[in-house]
Amino acid sequence: MVLDDPKSAPATREDAPWQHDKKKEDLKHIGKPIRKVDARSKVAGLTRFADDLRLPRMLHMKLLRSTMAHAEIVSIDTSKAAALPGVKGILTGKDMPTPFGILPVSQDEHALCPDKVRFVGDPVVAIAATEEETAWDACRLVDVQYRELQTVGSVHEAAGTNDPRLHDYGVRGNIHRLENLEFGDLADGFNRAEHIREDTFWFEGNTHLPMEQHATLAHFDRDGKLTVWSSTQTPHYLHRALARVLAPLPAHKIRVIAVQNGGGFGGKSDPFNHEICAAKMSMLTGRPVKIALTREEVFWCHRGRHPVLMRSKIGVTKTGRITALDFHSFLDGGAYGSYGTASTFYTGALQTVTYAVENYHFRGARFFTNKAPCGPKRGHGTPQPRFALEVQLDKIACDLGLDPAQMRLDNLAPRDSLTANFLRIGSMGLGACIEKVVEGSGWKERRGKREVTKDGRIRGLGLACSSYLSGAGLPIYWNGLPHSGVQLQLDRSGLVTAFCGSTDIGQGSDSILGWIIGEVLGIDPLGIKVVTADTDLTPVDLGSYSSRVTVMTGNAAMQAAERARDLLAKGVAKKLEVPASRLVFADERVFDAEDPQKGMSFQDAVICTEAQFGTIGTVGSYTPPKSAAKFRGGGVGPSPSYSYSAAVVEVEVDPETGIYRVPKVWMAHDIGRALNAAVAMGQIEGSIYMGLGEAMMEEMAYRDRSHKGKRVFVHKIPSLLEYKSPSACEMPECVTYVIEDPDKNGPFGAKEVGQGPLLPMMPAVANAIFDAVGVRVDENPVSFEKVFAALQAQKAGKEARFGPANDDTGVPVVDFGEPLQIKTPWQGGDGTAHNDPHRTKKAAK
Amino acid sequence: MTQPNKVLATFQVNGEPHEVAFLPHKTLLEVLREEMDLTGTKHGCELGECGTCTVQIDGTPVLSCLVLAVDAVGKDVQTVEGLAQGAELNPLQHCMADLGAAQCGYCTPGVLMAADALLRDNPKPTRDEIKEALAGNLCRCTGYIKIFEAVELAAARMRGEDAQPSKESIYGS
Repeated sequence: MVLDDPKSAPATREDAPWQHDKKKEDLKHIGKPIRKVDARSKVAGLTRFADDLRLPRMLHMKLLRSTMAHAEIVSIDTSKAAALPGVKGILTGKDMPTPFGILPVSQDEHALCPDKVRFVGDPVVAIAATEEETAWDACRLVDVQYRELQTVGSVHEAAGTNDPRLHDYGVRGNIHRLENLEFGDLADGFNRAEHIREDTFWFEGNTHLPMEQHATLAHFDRDGKLTVWSSTQTPHYLHRALARVLAPLPAHKIRVIAVQNGGGFGGKSDPFNHEICAAKMSMLTGRPVKIALTREEVFWCHRGRHPVLMRSKIGVTKTGRITALDFHSFLDGGAYGSYGTASTFYTGALQTVTYAVENYHFRGARFFTNKAPCGPKRGHGTPQPRFALEVQLDKIACDLGLDPAQMRLDNLAPRDSLTANFLRIGSMGLGACIEKVVEGSGWKERRGKREVTKDGRIRGLGLACSSYLSGAGLPIYWNGLPHSGVQLQLDRSGLVTAFCGSTDIGQGSDSILGWIIGEVLGIDPLGIKVVTADTDLTPVDLGSYSSRVTVMTGNAAMQAAERARDLLAKGVAKKLEVPASRLVFADERVFDAEDPQKGMSFQDAVICTEAQFGTIGTVGSYTPPKSAAKFRGGGVGPSPSYSYSAAVVEVEVDPETGIYRVPKVWMAHDIGRALNAAVAMGQIEGSIYMGLGEAMMEEMAYRDRSHKGKRVFVHKIPSLLEYKSPSACEMPECVTYVIEDPDKNGPFGAKEVGQGPLLPMMPAVANAIFDAVGVRVDENPVSFEKVFAALQAQKAGKEARFGPANDDTGVPVVDFGEPLQIKTPWQGGDGTAHNDPHRTKKAAK
Repeated sequence: MTQPNKVLATFQVNGEPHEVAFLPHKTLLEVLREEMDLTGTKHGCELGECGTCTVQIDGTPVLSCLVLAVDAVGKDVQTVEGLAQGAELNPLQHCMADLGAAQCGYCTPGVLMAADALLRDNPKPTRDEIKEALAGNLCRCTGYIKIFEAVELAAARMRGEDAQPSKESIYGS
């Protein structure tokens, strides 16, 4: 394994640019359980979400959505709707002909479908009326004539259906993306393996299910300025999409305000049809326009977890060291691109970050199907392959008679290293995580014991690990600008106001600004005012996705605060006649370290500095380190740092029915440093919960019915009742360990916490089921009926397994072409592919 | 499509009379939010599935999306806006805020109204009784644990105990 070459390391200001090495006892606010800046408003019911907003003369808008899974639009007759009293505006696809999409490479959506619909729920007409019910009534009066097309419902079907195509772009037929990356020498790796396994896994899609349904209010005022309040995680990207579709309205006349999100989990990260339609409708009618989606419509918006079929071939030594990994993933993308290109790469990116993989081959294919588009959900593209890898490792340990925990400890990717696919690992606390959950759960004594409970259920323990990014290393669209910016304004009253484009979706990012700035300036974090997520007022932050905010906004805030501190120190030093370097900022005061009595209040420090230098404001910004990966596709996976998690899950399985419960979970998470203990705990517990839901019950499953000879794909029942998610009663007892292995790229050493701890839950449940009753469920969710089916197979003397066919018939036949070949760091590779015609051409130019 | 006539009625909400004209098919949820501007009460499904719209009628938690507004006339309706005692939040609100039991905060008003009713009937609920009482309130952020802990802490404080959150609940084990 190659350690970082200091010469190739990114230029840093010093050894600890973000104070990762600060001692705990020297930190006044960081790490303490300070309540969130907005906590009291939330418990008082005063927090305003998008649907809580209203303006005078406001219209209500509704979308008429496609009832066809795949069809050409023959005609749209809106005349009856237009005649309905109260109807003030009608839009169809021709009113917004410019396509958009979150990624520059897949601008394949329209605010309203102009000529073709691609899934049941695709919006076709928008109608605004004075009353909400009138808008619904008017939608029912619209006559849309369709010509139905053949539908595509799965990765297998998509691979076998070249015509009709859902889109006229992509690789070919209904293949959206194909990726093929080989790192090192696979043949050699498998030759050196002493044990080889091949397994096929299926991970069904599931959805975010935020409690708040998406809502948007748009107002195009008489001065020609458009304001859009929306429940979005990414106001900056929405701003860009609006400017694109609403051109020639210039971007600087569009203001996007991300209202407090009532839960996001990735589901509010795309620019959406309803947001653009509300804006356009306001421009058309000259009145404020609001749309609040119904719960059913939230299921149509989706962008949730991709269903992924996976085939994994792994080679190990007798002691379980991984010599080669050959991983295929087939993603059911749904009807549009969304984040799908990134999702595809993510199904292959992070396998190498937990365990050292010497040689690695990843092939990924994403297909278009006639279902609601998939995108990023908490863990974005990595939970599916993590499920496959962690279950497969459990099988390997079983094959070789090894302890799955010890085998993982023996395989750990080293800290401060480059992986086979050129991801730069910094701090790495996975070993500590595994040790904690092993000890806490009594793993060594209790595993494999198959204790029987009083009610006849069999106990089992399962272990799994994971890693996640602390923010994507590259922005969604190519640019050389900072990923996060913070402006500070220091007022004579002593008030510090932080302006930042970051978006609080409940994870507490507004509060993070306060904690960091408060720590640096020695003032009460709750006294700091934060103004966020407003494209008119706040510097750009790319948004709340990829677990990027704590690290990126945090670093930008720290820089702005340090600059403010330096400026104040200069002003105070002159006034007190002590060297600036001797000044301490603490307890709302600025004082001489050698004579603490000599000093002044923070407010007086601001006043005396303003008197000397004029109005005080500072800025800070953050750009992640340059990636070591230079091959095409290497942009997905790099991050300033990686978090680590390990979980042990206990199950109690009824051997007759397959019904099981999860009484207890032990979860350890390496967060780098917890900026706020209680809030970090909340993120870990929330991840355990959501992972448990995915493992046990959640699935975005479709009815597959024939309708007039054409198959349609309609969500089984798009409701909160029928989309099963865990209630308070299903929540197990959780023992949580916060592991702090500070990383030099994060503020005070912090890494991400919001997504990583979700990932080990699903494979840990599957592994625990095996430990209890000896059957393998190679599918997620690991639902009761699948456990039952595997138990039935076991009783019948067949393979005790439930899952997709574990041979070449289990996955579609796809020609992936020649792989890009990249030498690993230990082969002397420099991060480029030596056979990439695109890059070679570019380099020659 | 002719609209039916609105009805005029006086609601008793958080101890105050509200005279409102509304269409007779409107739910209590709609009238609270749209006619009285009491937007603290949220909606997540409008089908009685998520518990987000929970309010209390005569002290009992009910789903306001399933109650016709006309049926709430003459009854004592309590919403999240009425929980605070004057300028001071009530102990349950304080504990929820301090422990981070409200993440996105969207389910929070409904959870508060259900938990408040529980604590009135049962000042010392067990963890299982809390789970049972909150089984109808879905929360996607917290994993419920900080909510359970906040209810337990508030219950203890309301009984006059000088209770503090456990170290494990804040810093982990």
